[in-house]
Amino acid sequence: MNEAVSVKAPEIDFNTPQLKRHRNIRTLKDKMAKGFIAAGGVSVIVAVTLIFFYLLYEVAPIFESASVDAVASYDAPGEKGAILLLGMEEQAEKGLRLDDNGNVTFFNLKDGSVDSATRLPIPDSASLTGVNEGAPGSNTVVAGVSDGSVVIFKHTYNITWPNNVRVITPSLEFPYGESPMALDPSGAALTHVAVRDNNDYLLVVGSNESNKLFASFYEKEANFLTGDVTLEESSVTMPSVNGDIVSIQISPDTRWLYVATKSGKLDMYDISNKQSPDLIARVDAVASGSQITDMSFLLGGYSLLIANNRGEIRQWFPVRDKENQYHLQHVRSFQAGKAAIAKIAVEPRRKGFLVATAQGEAAIFNTTAERNLLQEQIVDGDVKHMTVAPRANFMLLQSQDDRLHFWSIDNEHPDVSWSALWSKVWYEGYSEPDYVWQSSAASNDFEPKYSLTPLVFGTIKAAFYAMLIAIPLAICGALYTAHFMSPTLRRKVKPAIELMEALPTVILGFLAGLFFAPFMESHMPGVFTLLVLTPIAILVFSFAWANMPQSVRLMVPEGWEPLLLLPVICFIGWLSFAISPAVEVALFDGNMPHWLKETIGLDYDQRNALVVGAAMGFAVIPTIFSITEDAVFSVPKHLTYGSLALGATPWQTMIRVVLPTASPGIFSALMIGLGRAVGETMIVLMATGNTPIMDMNIFEGMRTLAANIAVEMPESEVGSSHFRILFLAAFVLFLFTFLVNTVAEFVRQRLRAKYSVI
Amino acid sequence: MRVSLKTWFNKGDPWIWINAGAVSISLVMVFGLLLLIGVRGLAHFWPHSLMETDYLGENDKTTLLIGEIVETEEVPAEQLHAAGVQVPPGVDYMRRDLIKTGNRDVLGSDFRWVLADRMRDVRYPKELMTLERREWGNFYGYLVSVKEDGSVVASGSGAWDELQSRIDRALSLHDRIYDIEKQQIGKVNYTLERLRLKERRLELDGRKTPEAMAEIEAERAEQHATYEVLQKDLNELYQEIKRDALVARAMNGKELEIPLSKVVRAFQPNQMGLGDKIGFYFAKIWEFISDDPREANTEGGIFPAIYGTVLMVVIMSVLVTPLGVIAAVYLREYAHQGALTRIIRIAVNNLAGVPSIVYGVFGLGFFIYFIGSGIDEHFFPEALPSPTFGAPGLLWASITLAILTLPVVIVATEEGLARIPRSIREGSLALGATKAETLWRVVLPMASPAMMTGVILAIARAAGEVAPLMLVGVVKLAPSLPLDGNYPYLHLDQKFMHLGFHIYDVGFQSPNVEAARPLVYATALLLVAVIALLNLSAVAIRNRLREKYKALEM
Repeated sequence: MNEAVSVKAPEIDFNTPQLKRHRNIRTLKDKMAKGFIAAGGVSVIVAVTLIFFYLLYEVAPIFESASVDAVASYDAPGEKGAILLLGMEEQAEKGLRLDDNGNVTFFNLKDGSVDSATRLPIPDSASLTGVNEGAPGSNTVVAGVSDGSVVIFKHTYNITWPNNVRVITPSLEFPYGESPMALDPSGAALTHVAVRDNNDYLLVVGSNESNKLFASFYEKEANFLTGDVTLEESSVTMPSVNGDIVSIQISPDTRWLYVATKSGKLDMYDISNKQSPDLIARVDAVASGSQITDMSFLLGGYSLLIANNRGEIRQWFPVRDKENQYHLQHVRSFQAGKAAIAKIAVEPRRKGFLVATAQGEAAIFNTTAERNLLQEQIVDGDVKHMTVAPRANFMLLQSQDDRLHFWSIDNEHPDVSWSALWSKVWYEGYSEPDYVWQSSAASNDFEPKYSLTPLVFGTIKAAFYAMLIAIPLAICGALYTAHFMSPTLRRKVKPAIELMEALPTVILGFLAGLFFAPFMESHMPGVFTLLVLTPIAILVFSFAWANMPQSVRLMVPEGWEPLLLLPVICFIGWLSFAISPAVEVALFDGNMPHWLKETIGLDYDQRNALVVGAAMGFAVIPTIFSITEDAVFSVPKHLTYGSLALGATPWQTMIRVVLPTASPGIFSALMIGLGRAVGETMIVLMATGNTPIMDMNIFEGMRTLAANIAVEMPESEVGSSHFRILFLAAFVLFLFTFLVNTVAEFVRQRLRAKYSVI
Repeated sequence: MRVSLKTWFNKGDPWIWINAGAVSISLVMVFGLLLLIGVRGLAHFWPHSLMETDYLGENDKTTLLIGEIVETEEVPAEQLHAAGVQVPPGVDYMRRDLIKTGNRDVLGSDFRWVLADRMRDVRYPKELMTLERREWGNFYGYLVSVKEDGSVVASGSGAWDELQSRIDRALSLHDRIYDIEKQQIGKVNYTLERLRLKERRLELDGRKTPEAMAEIEAERAEQHATYEVLQKDLNELYQEIKRDALVARAMNGKELEIPLSKVVRAFQPNQMGLGDKIGFYFAKIWEFISDDPREANTEGGIFPAIYGTVLMVVIMSVLVTPLGVIAAVYLREYAHQGALTRIIRIAVNNLAGVPSIVYGVFGLGFFIYFIGSGIDEHFFPEALPSPTFGAPGLLWASITLAILTLPVVIVATEEGLARIPRSIREGSLALGATKAETLWRVVLPMASPAMMTGVILAIARAAGEVAPLMLVGVVKLAPSLPLDGNYPYLHLDQKFMHLGFHIYDVGFQSPNVEAARPLVYATALLLVAVIALLNLSAVAIRNRLREKYKALEM
């Protein structure tokens, strides 16, 4: 009867072509989205890691060695004759050779074809016996003639651009006239000569076979009307030298005369008084038993490089001692194999030099960085001559068989080394090795001083004082906020302190530099009174509060103590600065910075480490506070309750239970705070004098890595050593903060795991 | 109930109080700092009364002193004595005041420290006036007469009203001159420069045909003609604005003729009532945020800096939002959750802690010298050797800051994604939605407040960041705004001004720091207000978000 009613579910066909297509489109969209997001996500992450690799890529070249490549080799162009001098011009297109007959041949360096040739204006019968160069880059040459006279000439190169092609036309110039100047009245051949000239004078020194020294000193007088220069000679008395002279050099200011003899002695004469030369020092310039083979000035004419026959080159320069007396100081040595050094060639733009050895090797060195950048076999047998192009990108050597070898040099950053960056370096003109950061100066022959140590020191100093101020405030504050404070107040206080973190550091720096620094200078005693009085006042007030009648105490519930203390702290702050002048008059003769200097001997800068510490402490407090507070707050409540239930006081619970549990979190907070303090730029830039000094004195300034980058980066030449060292500084900062943060993060994650177990 | 010292100590209460004290100190520091910036920043715009006094100098001669008292301090007599000031015996401290005397053209300096007890008969005459000028800073003194074409048209009591109406006229003329010089002639110059580049481009491409050249020349001639007309108008306007001048007596008794073209505003502060002062106050605030800077940024407004900051931040957010969100979505939703993802997460997190100057160095080296120079070589060879994108500019600054703030957005978005309960995702998937649909329709909308938080925090950080910008694009004074009426309207290659850098530059690089200081406080206040607002809104959004998901989890 009752027929079973079967309701048939409506048939939905999920496989209509339309729905299929719709599904396919959706699947495709899903796949595309997946692909897009994966590609995007991965590329964003890759782009971010690019920072690391890019910094590394910019830094890497400074630690690379030099390399050389043969370009050409040919028989010495021009007339036959012994070569006395080789030279190259700026573009390393044209070369110059000077032989003992006085023939000057300009030739193309690429293939050795002769460009032009001429003979120096010396008598036909005479020949050249000794040659020396003037200041590096001046292209001035002095040649001693066999008749006892000297010829001074300059090789100059005129560049023209006919049809947009560079054409270099070499020529000779005789700034002091074409006729040779007589030096040795007896007419003996001059075997060693030296010259120095500038706008005011000319000094020529020569010695003959019998090792007698002669000199001529000329003062230049320009005629105002015609501009002609006339030379006024004054006589010079020369010292007598024992031993065979190897080389003579004159310092650029013509104050010092250096004479090296074969037996290894180096004499230093003070010739500022032209009538009575004074022997300042006589030293054994090379290892005992060895002989001097060559001597040359380093760029700047301050350091001497002295090579011996055992492959060693020593750097000497005059150092002034405490009594203001000069003596010659052996600064450092370089070793280029065991064979005798045949020739030193000095780079005209950097504190570097090349040497060629008697075994046909060439080596490249840098003095400041104490680097041996290259040592390579170039020719077989002895090298007779060697020269380096003004840009130090090519060298030209003459081998025993009178062939010339033209090589290119790739040597971009010889002036940076681990020791130059981090160790004490004995710089020219300094009385002892020191850490110095001084990246640029006005003169061309300046020795760049790239020691990062003072900058790292400054960074640590700033961070140290910042942490000194931040740690107690931030951690104590966080402990209280997380553990003791009433929840209502905590919800207000925490964002307020975290708001500090958002304050732009440029504002903190501005206030520190322009408000706090002068304020502190005039209220120094107040600052210290404040530091002493605040804790005392808090304790006194709290003890007094504890002894208040209960009716008063109950007006403020537990956990609201900070509000009670606010007026106390404001009052103490006001009081400290109000009594500051009185304290200053009573204890510090009315001027505390002055008193510090006079009585304790502490220098006082207005913008000092204390100012930076306070400002940067301010910037770091919220970071440390926030993380510590989180760590303490998330200590499981049952631990606290258990401790309290067992009769521990709240403070005992805090110290014995909460603090140990939260300590990894506090540690990571400190790490992250430290990372922030180390990398902070604007505050340090604005609140210190940015002088790279190494002194822990709280009243002096410093220069940090970050501030240094901000100051010097815009002015540094792209691709230069300086530029790359600034990248290195950035890399160091990056690495340091990254590592510190990673450690902190790991510790924090471990802590989180621990809590989840408890 | 008496508590003995011993029990009090044993209970550990002193330590708790010390900790409470740390909180209080931190709070005092935060609010003290905000108060300091607020008070100093806002006081800058208030019309200060002008004081007149007979000042007893070192040689016992009295001189007239006119100016605003800026600062007062107590100095130990000892210090003054050391500085060579005569100190009366038996006095330990002396009050000294910093007086802004203005009149730099007459006196050589704007400020002067004076000893309070040497000031005789301090008075505030109603007739004293303050002139704000376009050069040489403020002028303080008495109005003597108003001149037109060299002859006196008003003097005595009527001169003041005459002066005001003539200043209004001069100001409107000045506006027209400004419009022609900056806008119209600027446009002509800009067009001419583009024509030059176009010509150079044709030359480089070897397409320098006579037809093309004729076209360029025609346009050039047209621009020159426009220029001639504008120049003529300009000359006329200059003639007109030169017409009026005022004569005023400074505190040293000298009478000075000041052309009205150099005057921005004249007022008699001692005569103003409270209402006037409030009106004046707001007018000054408006000038501050809407005007160009004057006198090497130490006077006038900071509009270009606000504009540059906002524009840079906008471009940065446009860049950072999609990148950060995609990276976060990838890390949280698509990447396999293993050790590698954890390491990446930690690394991204830590990038937020890398010093900002490092990003600046990276931006300078990589974007400007590497990518920028490459762009110049391939796309802008006509402008070489002067760089287009191979120099610091708006684009590179925005990109650098985008990278700097990327971790902030990634972390915030990830946090938002992590908070979305699994059940919601599973629900969506169970209903047949694909993963992409779930993401787009369910997950992302729910996570959007978290993204907002991230972006707001990123903006707040970017707006306050200065160190990297010093390397990649800000300048102390930009000749034109990076967004203007000249094609292509948005000049990404231009350098721009920035509030944070403005503070650094005016406060530390300016030749007249003392005069510029109030302005720096005002700028700092503006910056703090903007950033605090952004942060508080981020916090508010975050809290709302938390509440929302709490309800979901129930």
